[in-house]
Amino acid sequence: MNFIQTLIKGEQGLFKPDTLTPMQKMTLRFVVVGLLYFGLAVIEGMIMRLYLVKPVVSLVPPEQFYGILTAHPLIGIFGSTYSIVFGAFLFLVPYLMKKPLWSIKLGNATFLLVAGGTFVFWLSGFITHYAPLYTLYWPLPADFTQFSVWGGTFFIVGIALVMLGTVFFVINIFATITYTPKGMAKQPAGALIASALGLSGFRNLFSKNKKEHLVSLPVAAIARGTIDAALNSGIILFTGVLILVYMIAAILGYNLKHSAIDALLYKNWFWWGLDLIADGLVLIFVAGTWYLIATMITGKKLFMENVARAALFVELVVSWTVWSHHLMSDQAQPGILKVVSGEMVTAFELITQGLAFFITLVTLWSARPLKMSNPLKFLLGGLLGFALAVPAGIIQADLGLNRILHNTQWIVGPHVHVAVLVGLTMTLYSAIYLLFPILTNGAKLYSEKLANIHFWAHLLGGIGMGAFMGMAGLQGMLRRMIYFDGEFTVFMVLAALAGSLILLGFVAFFFNIVMSVGLNGVIGILMPSKLKTKALLPK
Amino acid sequence: MVDSSMVLMGQTVAYTLYALSIMSLIGWFAYRITKSGKGMVIKPALFYAFFGLLVVTGVSLHIITHETIPWKPMDLNRATIKADKTFTISIVNHKFILPNKKMIIKKGEIVRFNVTSDDLTYGFGLFRPDNSMLFQMQVLPGYVNDVLWHFDRPGVYTIRSTEYSGPNGIGMIEKNAVEVIE
Repeated sequence: MNFIQTLIKGEQGLFKPDTLTPMQKMTLRFVVVGLLYFGLAVIEGMIMRLYLVKPVVSLVPPEQFYGILTAHPLIGIFGSTYSIVFGAFLFLVPYLMKKPLWSIKLGNATFLLVAGGTFVFWLSGFITHYAPLYTLYWPLPADFTQFSVWGGTFFIVGIALVMLGTVFFVINIFATITYTPKGMAKQPAGALIASALGLSGFRNLFSKNKKEHLVSLPVAAIARGTIDAALNSGIILFTGVLILVYMIAAILGYNLKHSAIDALLYKNWFWWGLDLIADGLVLIFVAGTWYLIATMITGKKLFMENVARAALFVELVVSWTVWSHHLMSDQAQPGILKVVSGEMVTAFELITQGLAFFITLVTLWSARPLKMSNPLKFLLGGLLGFALAVPAGIIQADLGLNRILHNTQWIVGPHVHVAVLVGLTMTLYSAIYLLFPILTNGAKLYSEKLANIHFWAHLLGGIGMGAFMGMAGLQGMLRRMIYFDGEFTVFMVLAALAGSLILLGFVAFFFNIVMSVGLNGVIGILMPSKLKTKALLPK
Repeated sequence: MVDSSMVLMGQTVAYTLYALSIMSLIGWFAYRITKSGKGMVIKPALFYAFFGLLVVTGVSLHIITHETIPWKPMDLNRATIKADKTFTISIVNHKFILPNKKMIIKKGEIVRFNVTSDDLTYGFGLFRPDNSMLFQMQVLPGYVNDVLWHFDRPGVYTIRSTEYSGPNGIGMIEKNAVEVIE
């Protein structure tokens, strides 16, 4: 096949979208939209990287810059990561439990709400420059002297749509774990939930009479992380409603008092909810994905499985009590919370994530020699990302160091961007490369060379960008700040060059995938399936 | 007294060494895992030893910083520490309102900064002429936000807001507003 034929029909014409089940199509739609939003986040990231090298105010005024800065992490987390993770887990939970998804309709509704909601908040932020950042520190989101009330209203509605989609995802996951499909023996819902939360692993650690687990470890990790996703969506929805009250009042001509809401209490409440994602869900979902990929690559049982299950349960306690490390520079925050929640509980993340890191490596080691496949190399990249990013966060979560690091580029570089871009995204890429033949009924990757370019460009770009941002942070460069006098130009030029590597890696990956399935295939994924079945894969 | 620049230098060295070590470890692992060899069985004892190492590392970091970074215990006990000098600063509408155009501090003095906000959440940080940070804190509306600092060497510092407060906040800089004299 020549280039044009491959571009239209895919590599060797192997991908046949007509053979896809509704479940495969739903999952692939999640992945395609998630990757498109990732591309948007990378492009926005590059615009900001160039702006930090040389702010051209005549081209991009500061209001526009902050509008992009506000949407950027939300597009990355909700539009991209949520889409890919939700799509993958809505497929994997029934796949691992050997029964159909509880509701494909609800799954499709989740897809539409997450994709549509992300577009609504991105567009309203881009057009109206509504920019209170994802932190929404009170009363900034209701400061209508700086922001458009209508822009803010649409922005919050967009976020609310994503949260509604999240609620649907949560319902679908737990219903799938516990329900009994027609024709199957009655399933013990209570025992399944206990197993899914890691309680059975905890019990087995201390009991001589070790019981079989009803739920596989990756499903347990997904279920455990899904609890945090549910609580988080509740917190964000409640906060959104609170902000909407102020917006609707402003639209009707009333000016509600900002002081009615206590800024410190609000900050505690909101960070408690946000950290369920940042420090709970991410670490748990990632650990579960590492375990799944390691066992699928090796075909071996997971090393120290009961400990891994129990650690998931412990992480539940950690992620619910860890939020105060975000308030270590808030002098009104009680010192006891800073020490116990901010320092001590946060240090526990070093332990839970360190154990997941160790367990995954040992599981891989037990099966050597292994072929250095795309899933394996991206998995190792993901492991390295968290091994770099978690200690960087632990350093920040210290009362002494926080005083001289908070809100610098250190936190957003070596911690946030290395965790998200290298740790999380490379783990997701590993899963995508692993599931690609399963979800496409045996389609072949167009180019291994492009996959290698993708790997090295993304790895070096992600670590390099984090490192140069971190160096600037240690020299005093603040995050969310525009410097007009070239104070940190050298670091920002290097960070921009590293960022351009990430963009290059993404272009290589996207082109490789399009050439693998063909333009006809991409369109076919978006069309309804002709197969009337709840089965995951065609017979 | 240990200065913040010295602490950051120590952190830079420690984290760089750690980063290089962990990257080398993963590189070595990636190489070795493709090679055939007897499937080495990892004993649970090694796992529990690693667990112990993580616990010791996590806890000892905070103990070490408590014992070596002077402003950490001072911050936790600041309610009982008497300051040599107190400055009261307010922020309104993205503007610092300072007690004087230049706040003069004598070398060796312990100074308390009481900062309040009339509207939004801001930050309050002191920066050296080379833009590196001396210290910072958050400034929440509805609270008196206070930070205690021991100035043990002469210098001139610029005040900046260290928290995003909307696009209007990018100009929140008071150049050379604090001077420490001999």
